[in-house]
Amino acid sequence: MGSKATADMDKKNSSVEIRGLYKIFGKRPQHFLQAVKDGMSKQELQEQHGHVLGLKDINLTMEAGSIQVVMGLSGSGKSTLIRHINRLIDPTAGEVIVGGQDVCKMNKRTLRDFRRHETAMVFQKFALLPHRTVINNVVYGLEVQGVPRARQESEARRWIDRVGLSGFEDNFPNQLSGGMQQRVGLARALANDAPLLLMDEAFSALDPLIRMDMQSVLLDLQSELKKTIVFITHDVDEALRLGDRIAILRDGEVIQEGTGQDIVLEPADEYIQNFVKDVNRGRVILTESVMSDGPHEDAVAEINISDHLETAARSMSEDEVAAVNITDDDGKVVGHLDMESTVAAIVKQEDRHTTPDDKPAP
Amino acid sequence: MEWLTEFPAMDKSALRALKKSIDGGFRAWTRENGDAVEAFFEPIKQMLIWSEKFLLNTPWPIILLGIVGIAWFASRSWKITLMTFVTMVLIGYFDMWDNTMRTISIMLVSTFVSIVLGIPIGIAMSKSDKLQSAVTPVLDVMQTMPGFVYLIPVVMLLGIGKVPGLLAVVIYAIPPIIRLTNLGIRMVDKEVLEAADAFGSSAWQRLKNVQIPLAMPTIMAGINQTIMMALALVVIASMIGVKGLGQPVLQAIANQYFTLGMFNGLAIVGVAIIFDRVSQAYGKRLQSHSEVVHGK
Repeated sequence: MGSKATADMDKKNSSVEIRGLYKIFGKRPQHFLQAVKDGMSKQELQEQHGHVLGLKDINLTMEAGSIQVVMGLSGSGKSTLIRHINRLIDPTAGEVIVGGQDVCKMNKRTLRDFRRHETAMVFQKFALLPHRTVINNVVYGLEVQGVPRARQESEARRWIDRVGLSGFEDNFPNQLSGGMQQRVGLARALANDAPLLLMDEAFSALDPLIRMDMQSVLLDLQSELKKTIVFITHDVDEALRLGDRIAILRDGEVIQEGTGQDIVLEPADEYIQNFVKDVNRGRVILTESVMSDGPHEDAVAEINISDHLETAARSMSEDEVAAVNITDDDGKVVGHLDMESTVAAIVKQEDRHTTPDDKPAP
Repeated sequence: MEWLTEFPAMDKSALRALKKSIDGGFRAWTRENGDAVEAFFEPIKQMLIWSEKFLLNTPWPIILLGIVGIAWFASRSWKITLMTFVTMVLIGYFDMWDNTMRTISIMLVSTFVSIVLGIPIGIAMSKSDKLQSAVTPVLDVMQTMPGFVYLIPVVMLLGIGKVPGLLAVVIYAIPPIIRLTNLGIRMVDKEVLEAADAFGSSAWQRLKNVQIPLAMPTIMAGINQTIMMALALVVIASMIGVKGLGQPVLQAIANQYFTLGMFNGLAIVGVAIIFDRVSQAYGKRLQSHSEVVHGK
């Protein structure tokens, strides 16, 4: 009973804190740890010593109840990183603290209980059990926990229904399409009722339309469940749509961390700039960061400071006026946006940092 | 220049002494431990006697019905079922029923023993590369050593009869089930295993829920091969007193009775085909979930 009580307590705080995490792949990782800490490059480590630097000095705080996206191209270490959170991979150095417990220091039994009750995972290639029907896949986590069969089934049915797969309970996975299979994967993870959900490129193998669809399913569920979700992706649109915060990984290092707007408005370097150059800025930038002070005399409508520019543009074009007032969460008007600045913020992509002061001197 | 035409072999008397001392040593060990070894194999002997009695003493229509019934429930194919029925009726009509029952009995028991020993060994091998590289050469020897050769120590130890026959058959037939269990488990999709781990499966849950079910098609192929090899050794085992379809074949060789040899040989072929088709169809049916693919 004792462990159940702590499990319930942890549900309230399942924040993830990663501190000084290093991962070196190879025969003698510890041997090279100090050299890497002292600045040996990934390339040197690989070419001279035959070891692969997976992760280098990762420090990330993921708030409980929010969606943290980790983005990067293949080989950037994002899949390695997520596997440290439930310790499918052991770190070379560092701490992973979930709900106050250091996952890296757990013994085998504690780790197993942690995986059973505190986390659930969704995989890129679904990783369903091919010999089990949909319902028997979804009960898997509960079955492993030793939950009575009747409750396993009722829980599973509830989640199968929730992800929109009612009627497919007795089908085998390869009778289903990719999108449906991943719904099974999602239901399996949700049925576990764990506060921390790890999603490793969960939607990357799906068609674009199905992917959008699954993102909506996830956002819809999240608004109600408020889990801590770590979501890995290589798709910037997906990252911006889902992530409360986004961390960008390259060569095993975090090169920028912030909200979607931070990353679009202030890309830390060229690498990230390339990433975000084609995104729909109207759906990322908040009215708050572009608005001018005070109400506007032409404005007829009011929108919230945490609405996106696209909402502002839509409101203006619907009302056939060139301005809209912005209110804070209490409904008080704190500023306004006019059509000109809205459009400028949406289309301006190059030289975002170039303010008028930076103009070359005549 | 004699050393060029004659291989410089070991001195003849030394060689004789070596062979003698090994034989003597083994014989002495046999004399001392023969009873203990026999006692060890007593349960298997009882099992053999019981299964043979069961097959021989049960009225033939019931056995025929049983075999045809198993064929139907395992394969769900009326073709295989009909083939089984016709084969068994022909065997009985040509007066080979009792010998066939004896052969089926020893084959079933040796397959059972092979599975009970072989699957755990295969699982252990799949978990340890060291064990795999230690066991593989042993399996190679077991499969390539002529069957007659390991009849000798078995007979020295246990005399002639059912148990030594069974031992010979098991030694010959067990390698495929060990090899294919090992292979099947090693081939299980890493992602699915990772998922099992991520949900906190214990080693046993992982084995029971993921590894064995996913390795099942390969393990079934191993069982099928084991059955076939057990049947193949029946004739050789008849040399050490195993009764069944092999004995008339042996007799036919000694006396040049072509037809007798042919009939019994064909009966062995018939039994082999029945067991092969039925076990394969059963294995395929177990995998029916992988056949209905989305979009086809």
